[in-house]
Amino acid sequence: MSSASEKTHPFHMVEPSKWPFVGAVGAFVMACGGIYYMSEGSLVGFYAGLAIVLYTMFAWWKDVIKEANGGVDHTETVRHGLRIGMVLFIVSEVMFFFAFFWAYFGASIPMLSRATTGVWPPEGIVPLETWDLPFLNTLILLTSGATVTYAHHAIQLGDHKKCAMGLLLTVILGIIFTSTQAYEYAHATFTFDQDIYTSTFYLATGFHGFHVIVGTIFLAICYFRTLKGHFTPEQHIGFEAAAWYWHFVDVVWLFLFCAVYWWGSAGFVHS
Amino acid sequence: MSNEATAHDHHHDHKPPFFQRWFCSTNHKDIGTLYLAISMVAAIIGGLMSWYIRLELAEPGIQYIDDFQFYNVLVTAHGFIMVFFVVMPALIGGFGNWFVPLMIGAPDMAFPRMNNISFWLLVAGFILLLLSAVIGDGPGTGWTVYPPLSDSNFHPGPSVDFGILSLHVAGASSILGAINLIVTIFNMRAPGMTIHRMPLFVWAILITAFLLLLALPVLAGALTMLLTDRNFGTHFFDPGAGGDPVLWQHLFWFFGHPEVYIIIIPAFGIISQVISTFSQKPVFGYLGMAYAMSAIGVVGFVVWAHHMFTVGFDVDTRAYFTVATMVIAVPTGVKIFSWLATMWGGSIKMEVPMLYALAFIFLFVVGGVTGITLANASADLVFHDTYFVVAHFHYVMAIAAILGMFCGFFYWIGKMSGKQYPRGLAKLQFWVFFIGVNVLFFPQHFSGLAGMPRRIPDYPDPYVAWNYISSVGALITAVGTLLFFVVLWMTLRSKETVGANQWGVGATTLEWTVESPAPFHTHEELPDMTGKAPAE
Ligand code: HEM
Ligand SMILES: [Cu+2]
Repeated sequence: MSSASEKTHPFHMVEPSKWPFVGAVGAFVMACGGIYYMSEGSLVGFYAGLAIVLYTMFAWWKDVIKEANGGVDHTETVRHGLRIGMVLFIVSEVMFFFAFFWAYFGASIPMLSRATTGVWPPEGIVPLETWDLPFLNTLILLTSGATVTYAHHAIQLGDHKKCAMGLLLTVILGIIFTSTQAYEYAHATFTFDQDIYTSTFYLATGFHGFHVIVGTIFLAICYFRTLKGHFTPEQHIGFEAAAWYWHFVDVVWLFLFCAVYWWGSAGFVHS
Repeated sequence: MSNEATAHDHHHDHKPPFFQRWFCSTNHKDIGTLYLAISMVAAIIGGLMSWYIRLELAEPGIQYIDDFQFYNVLVTAHGFIMVFFVVMPALIGGFGNWFVPLMIGAPDMAFPRMNNISFWLLVAGFILLLLSAVIGDGPGTGWTVYPPLSDSNFHPGPSVDFGILSLHVAGASSILGAINLIVTIFNMRAPGMTIHRMPLFVWAILITAFLLLLALPVLAGALTMLLTDRNFGTHFFDPGAGGDPVLWQHLFWFFGHPEVYIIIIPAFGIISQVISTFSQKPVFGYLGMAYAMSAIGVVGFVVWAHHMFTVGFDVDTRAYFTVATMVIAVPTGVKIFSWLATMWGGSIKMEVPMLYALAFIFLFVVGGVTGITLANASADLVFHDTYFVVAHFHYVMAIAAILGMFCGFFYWIGKMSGKQYPRGLAKLQFWVFFIGVNVLFFPQHFSGLAGMPRRIPDYPDPYVAWNYISSVGALITAVGTLLFFVVLWMTLRSKETVGANQWGVGATTLEWTVESPAPFHTHEELPDMTGKAPAE
C-alpha cells in the first residue's frame, strides 16, 4: 500500500499476492485427484487439492478483510465495484441452475423432448411428500430470508447485537434446512443412479444444497465479523454479499420446490 | 497529452522482482502479457496438431495415422486448444487486459488478484487438456463432446474426464475474467467517459464478457451432468433410462453459439479501432456499431439449434431457428457497411494492421455468407457434418478471428513493447498467411459441397484434388506462422522505438496518450474526458 497516501483516484491498487497462483495449483490438484478417485477410488489427491483451495480462500479473504478494515482501500467506488461483481457472480450461478432445470423440464414435459415417456414421475418412482418435509423446508428457508433481512436492518442502524442475533438465527435455520435435506435423502426410496427422475432430482437439489452450505458458511463468517465489530452502517459489503447470496439460494429453492417437489410429484404428466 | 503522461509516470515504474512480478501479479499489463504468451504457446501446439491432420489428409488412404482414435483425438484437441487456449486468451485475456484499462483511463482492473487467478486457472485448464490427450486413449469426441460417443461405454478411461475438468477450470477462469472486465468497464471509466463515449473495443469486450457470463455456466452444468453420467451412474443423456442425448446438444449449443460470438466480437472491436485509425476518421455510425454488437450478442442466445437441424425437429422449430439465425445477418451487415463507410472518403494509410483489418472484412463476409447458406434448415440437412461447415467456421472463427489477433498485435505491439516491428517482413508475413489460409480453407467449400464428411482420416478418390490443395495451403500457412514468430523476435530485439502516438491523428483513444512502452502503472491521474467526442 505504498502509494496509498499519494493516490489521486478512488480505486484500489492491490499489492502482488501469491494466493491466486496457489489457489490455481490447488484447483489443478483437486481436478487430478478427483479424476484419480473416479477411476481408481482413492480420494487422497482430491482432499489434498481441496485443502489447498480452502486454505487459499481463507488466506485470500483474510487479506481482503484486512484491507476492508484498514479504512483506506475500500472507498465508496471500490465498494460499488464489489457489489456489481457479486451481482454478476450470482447471475452466473443462476445460469448454472438454468442447465439443471433444462434437464429437468426436458425430461418431464413431453413437448420438449422425444425421450420422455409421457409419464412423470416415471413409473416405479415414489416421490417425496410435497406438503411434508419439503414444505417445512420451504418455510424454514423463507423464515431465514426474513431473519437475514432483520440482521441487515439492524446493521444499517448500527445495532451489532441485533445484527448478530439475526445472523445467528439465519445460520441455525440454514443448518436445520441442510439437516432436513440430509434426512430426506437418507430416507428416500430412490437413489441417484436409478433413472432420469432420480438423476435430475438429486443433481438439482444436491447442487442447491451445496449452495446452502456455502451460504451458511458465508453468513457464519459474517456473524463472527459482526461480533468483532467489522461492520458499520455505511460499510458492510461482506454482509450484503452474503445476504444477496442467501436470497438467491432461497429463490432457487422456491423454483425447485414448485417445479420438482410440487408439480413434479403431482402426476400432472401422464398419457 | 503525451508530455503530461511522461511527467508523472517516471517514479511509478518500480517493477516487483521476477517471481512476484510474473506469478503473483496484480498488474493488468503483466497479466495481459502472460495471456498473450500462453496463447502463443497453445497456438504452436494446436497448430502442429492441425498440420499433422492436413498431412494425413493430403492424400487418400492412410499415410501416417493408422490409429483412427488418435486422429479423432487430434481433431478434438486442436479444436479445444484453438478456441479456449489460443483465441480467447489472446483477444479477451491479452488485449482485453492490456487495453480496456488503458482505453477507459483506469489505473488497473477492478479486481487485480482475481485477474491473476483467472490466468493461472487457464494454465491449469490447459495442462488438464494436454493430459487428457496423452493419458489413456485420449478423447476422440470432437470439441462438441456429444454423448453417447463421450459416455463411459465408448470412452472408458479418464481421458474424457480430464477434458471435462479442463473445461470446468478454464470456464471458471473465463467467468471470473468476465466479471472483472464488466466491473472494470462499469465502474472505472475516467470522469466524463460515458458509456456512449467508450471506444468500440471496450464495447466489444463488455458484450463479450456478458456472453461469457451467461453462456459458460450452462456449459458447466452440462459438463457436470456428463461427468456424473460417466462416473456416478446417472442417466441424463441415456435414453435407456429416460435421459436424452439431444439434451446435451441443446445445452452445448446454447453455450456454443454464443461462444462463437465470444470469439469474434473482440475482433470486431479491434477492427473498428484499426479501420478508424488508418482511415483517419471516426468510425461511421458509432452508436449503430455498438448496438449492432449488442444485438448480435442478444440474438446469439436464441439461435443455437441451427447446429442441430438433423436431430429431427418438427417443421416449426426448424423454421424458427432458420429465421432467427438469418436475423443475425442484419446487425452483422450494419457492421460491415459501417466499416466500409468509415473508409469511404478517409485518407487511408496501408499499415500492416490495416491490411489485416481489410483481410478480416473479406474473410468475415465469406464466412457470413456460408453461414446464411447453412442457416437454411432444409439445405443444412445436406451440408451438416461436411467440410462445407468446416470451411464456414474456419473462415469466420479460425481465420477471421486469428487475423483479428494479428491485427491487434501489429496495432498495439508498439504500445506494449515500445518497439517498431519490421515493416517489410510484417507485410510479407501478412501476405503469406492470408494467401495460405485461403488456399487452405477455400477448397473445403467444394469438397464439402461434394459431400466429404468432416472428422475422417480417409476419403474416396474424387476428393483428392481439393484436399491436396488444402494441404498445400496448410504448408503456406505454416510458413506464415513461422514468419510471425520471426517478426515477433525481430520486433522485441529491434532498436527502432516508437513514440507515444505511433499512428498519428487517426489514433484518438487514450492508450495513445501514454508513453510507449506503456509504463508499469498508467492513468494514476485520471484523464478528464468531460465533453469529449466519442473516442471513435
Ligand atoms: C452470419 C452469421 C452466421 C450464421 C448465419 C451462421 C450459421 C451457422 C450454421 C447454420 C451452422 C451449423 C452448420 C452445421 O453444423 O450443419 C454453423 C456452424 C458453425 N459456425 Fe456459424 N454462422 C454465422 C457466423 C459464425 C461466426 C461469426 C462464427 C465464429 C466466429 C461461427 C462459427 C461456427 C462454428 C464453429 C460452427 C460449427 C461448429 C461445429 O459443428 O463444430 N459462425 N454456423
Ligand atoms: Cu451457431
